Amino acid sequence: MKIVVKNYEWMKEIPPTPLSRPGPGSMGMTGRWRAERPVINYEKCKKCGMCWTYCPENAIVFSKDEGPRINYNYCKGCLVCVEECPYDAIKVEREVVEWEK
Amino acid sequence: MSAQRYPLEEYFYPGNASCPGCGATMALRWVLKALGKKSIMVVPACCTSVFMGLYPKSAIGIPVLNIAFAAAAAAASGIVAALKARGKDATVLVWAGDGGTVDIGIQALSGAAERQTDFIYICYDNEAYMNTGIQRSGATPYGAITTTTPILGKREHKKNMPRIMIAHDIPYVATATSGYPHDLFRKVKKAKEKRGATRYIHILAPCPPGWRFDSKLTVKISRLAVRTGMWVLYEVEDGKFRLTGPSKALLDPEKRLPVEEYLKLQGRFSHLTREDIEEIQRWVDRQWELISKMVSKE
Repeated sequence: MKIVVKNYEWMKEIPPTPLSRPGPGSMGMTGRWRAERPVINYEKCKKCGMCWTYCPENAIVFSKDEGPRINYNYCKGCLVCVEECPYDAIKVEREVVEWEK
Repeated sequence: MSAQRYPLEEYFYPGNASCPGCGATMALRWVLKALGKKSIMVVPACCTSVFMGLYPKSAIGIPVLNIAFAAAAAAASGIVAALKARGKDATVLVWAGDGGTVDIGIQALSGAAERQTDFIYICYDNEAYMNTGIQRSGATPYGAITTTTPILGKREHKKNMPRIMIAHDIPYVATATSGYPHDLFRKVKKAKEKRGATRYIHILAPCPPGWRFDSKLTVKISRLAVRTGMWVLYEVEDGKFRLTGPSKALLDPEKRLPVEEYLKLQGRFSHLTREDIEEIQRWVDRQWELISKMVSKE
């Protein structure tokens, strides 16, 4: 018997075997879990990379010239970076959600 | 500065399902950095098999085989044999939790270590079955509240898994913790280079929901575990014992912080009486007596 799969365009997104491909956002935008947001003060930042070293989520992108940058799409707001910054350059801000009316 | 001496490539992607402030992901990121692209990972049932995320995406950038609880080391032995048959070269890593190593997976691991199978076994130890809802495991310390020891806490001490692995006479056994990622990075690099037999690394990974502390304290608690002597950083290379990092200075009991510093930050120890704390302090001192014997053997 020959199996004909019709209309398989939508399946191109999903591999036919139970095989997951690596990539960011395997659990969606985890930034929505956050209650408080870490904000880097770039005037105080010395680009030592301690926040990048300890970020458990890998949500801090570090480049040698520009220093650390927080990816707010995925940062879960654990605030380990705030605790570990040796120069006190990361501040905490309350996350504000605007509800649709 | 310090960050610029380490590779910037990442094999662990953001947007995964781990809890905020997870000590295990902090360690896994650095383990994958040290191992590089040419490796295969075997994961038994543990937090990692969950926080990799949902089909059709995965948070880990190297091939991963998810396998049953007791079979991690056996499956890795199979992969090593298959790689040998195909004439290919890759590092095989088993990344298992403390339940999958200390309790359920120990027979497969012990068998593989005895056969000198060529893989790295890393146990990340969050001191209970965190993924299924914080049940007591062999690695849970004395006095800790879990959902299966809810009133008095566990009444037995932690099983010393690295010492069991030292008894297997394998070329490399080390302990690490997520609060000292550079120490961990160096140890994984060293384990990667020692081919030909099983290598074992035991990582203490603090767990904010299971140990009941604020997620921002993960690194602080991990460091306090080392400075109070509750967790000892060492490596055993070809039978030679060596203390590493901050543990080097702690052989003298005067230099160790009192264990209370470590216990008071965690909700799972909040019910402890004075006698319980003294019991834990005595256990720590006993552990260090054994360590000092191993050091002086040199």
